[in-house]
Amino acid sequence: MAAARDATPDVSPVESAAADRRHPTLVQLLLRNRGVFWGGALLLVMVLLAVFGPLLTHNPMALNPIQRLKPPSAEIWFGTDFLGRDVFARVVHGGRISLVVGLAVALVAVSLGLVLGMVAGYIRTLDAVIMRVMDGLMAIPGILLAIALISLSGATLWTVVIAIVIPEIPRVVRLVRSVVLTVRGEPYVEAAIAVGTRLPLILGRHILPNTIAPLIVQATYICGSAMLTESILGFLGAGIPPEIPSWGNIMSEGRTYFQISPWIIFYPGVALAITVLAVNVVGDGLRDTLDPRIARKM
Amino acid sequence: MLRYILMRILATIPVMGVVALFVFLMLRLAPGDPAAVIAGDYATTEDVARIREQLGLNESIPVQFMKWTVSLAQGDLGTSIFTNLPVTTLIAQRIEPTMLLALTTIVFAVLVAVPLGTLAAWKSGSLVDRFVMLFSVGGFSVPVFVLGYMLIYVLAMWLKWLPVQGYKSPFEHGALMFVRHIALPTLTLSVIFIALIARMTRASVMEALQEDYIRTARAKGQSELRILLRHALRNAAVPIVTVIGIGIALLIGGVVVTESVYNVPGLGRLVLDAVLARDYPIIQGLILFFSFVYIVINLLIDLSYALLDPRIRY
Repeated sequence: MAAARDATPDVSPVESAAADRRHPTLVQLLLRNRGVFWGGALLLVMVLLAVFGPLLTHNPMALNPIQRLKPPSAEIWFGTDFLGRDVFARVVHGGRISLVVGLAVALVAVSLGLVLGMVAGYIRTLDAVIMRVMDGLMAIPGILLAIALISLSGATLWTVVIAIVIPEIPRVVRLVRSVVLTVRGEPYVEAAIAVGTRLPLILGRHILPNTIAPLIVQATYICGSAMLTESILGFLGAGIPPEIPSWGNIMSEGRTYFQISPWIIFYPGVALAITVLAVNVVGDGLRDTLDPRIARKM
Repeated sequence: MLRYILMRILATIPVMGVVALFVFLMLRLAPGDPAAVIAGDYATTEDVARIREQLGLNESIPVQFMKWTVSLAQGDLGTSIFTNLPVTTLIAQRIEPTMLLALTTIVFAVLVAVPLGTLAAWKSGSLVDRFVMLFSVGGFSVPVFVLGYMLIYVLAMWLKWLPVQGYKSPFEHGALMFVRHIALPTLTLSVIFIALIARMTRASVMEALQEDYIRTARAKGQSELRILLRHALRNAAVPIVTVIGIGIALLIGGVVVTESVYNVPGLGRLVLDAVLARDYPIIQGLILFFSFVYIVINLLIDLSYALLDPRIRY
């Protein structure tokens, strides 16, 4: 602790403020972007609702047969479903599942894609093999692949995550590989090789940091599309087990009653759209700030 | 040129090989006995044995793969477990609605998205531009089926302009009935496609408008419309066509969902019925079929670059 305090130079508040103006920190730079700010704020609201909301709502499983298919009102905000369950409570609970799936898919897809992409970009002999496999995987329609994987291995939260991850991997691999191929030709990497730096160090110190910015951007897009895919799988009846109130499952149950009680599909649909929109807007903002070259092109 | 075309066609073979291997291994590497999984919870031992026999699971894996690839190369996608019909027959029975829906969607999406994207690029920063950008972010955030139900609610149930669900073949019921029934599914499926294409059109037309030849064209007094169409859009064509090809994957996924929302008896419904019945050969066959379509379309798009851009020579 003492060392840490000693290490901070004696800077007056005025000077540090001036330094802020010259060199904004990354966080400041990001928050200056409207997309990151508003998308992030919206996302934060959805996350807080998902984390703390379930503690405050009714039991999402509680049946109330007398109150079947009641339209939204002052007491029951989002109405009730065909078993009289409170749609608001179910939507709030469903948020947890969507966010967990989105986050888990993004993390797993990015980590697996990073490893495969680095290997493909750096080891010539494996490059051709890995990239052909990725080409093949890209040709398979993601939703069908996920449906097939889930129907074979049984539907649980984790099989759903894995089934959504697999079709997302090729894009990450391609991205990482292209960064690795660009960076390994840079003078500083050639210099590092020339002075005899070992491969793990080159990968870790010089290549990896260059992949982080595009990967973060990619991860947000994957998170958004994973949440959509999860809801589609749930809706088609091929996703997370139906007794768990995920947004896709709620909407799937609402299908039959759509003509008389459209709110069962409407509210989870809006919640999902808002969440995915927030994630995508943050992604666009991150791309504009972290990766100005691509940003100008889009 | 001919040499290049041949090379590109040959290059699709390893990709198709990977798809086939992946689909093959998926069943064999699944946890537990795949035959038991397919047979379901109420199957007898004889049922499981019959399915195992039918899928050829009793032989060694390399032998299975050899036999399977040989029959695939002969155009045999397997046989349905429950109906005992060849999967190719089932696909042929159901392909019409899916193909027509995909076609109307691509045509509609291109007709809307390309002018919209061009306009947004031309009037960059204007209200139209903002709308296009907003639409392209929004289009990627709303799930296809939610959009479908909202359109049903507004256009079919509330305004009563269009029928709620169903499919009418143009060959049996005439063009008008077909259009009335296909309009909502097409609109639903188009949104994400329009978002994708409009965004790419805007970006690449914007880039083309920066070029020297646009300034030259303006200097010699050419009309703006001609500049946009002949000079900017023509030069922006390659990335736009590429993104349409990539979008085919999106379209295939969307078709399954859209058919389910609108009760269209196409390939998407075939997949879902097969999932419910655990009729694995159908799922397998359809994955192979859709992947094949995707690969062929993207091959054609690759080959079309030379037509779109005379600078590209092989």
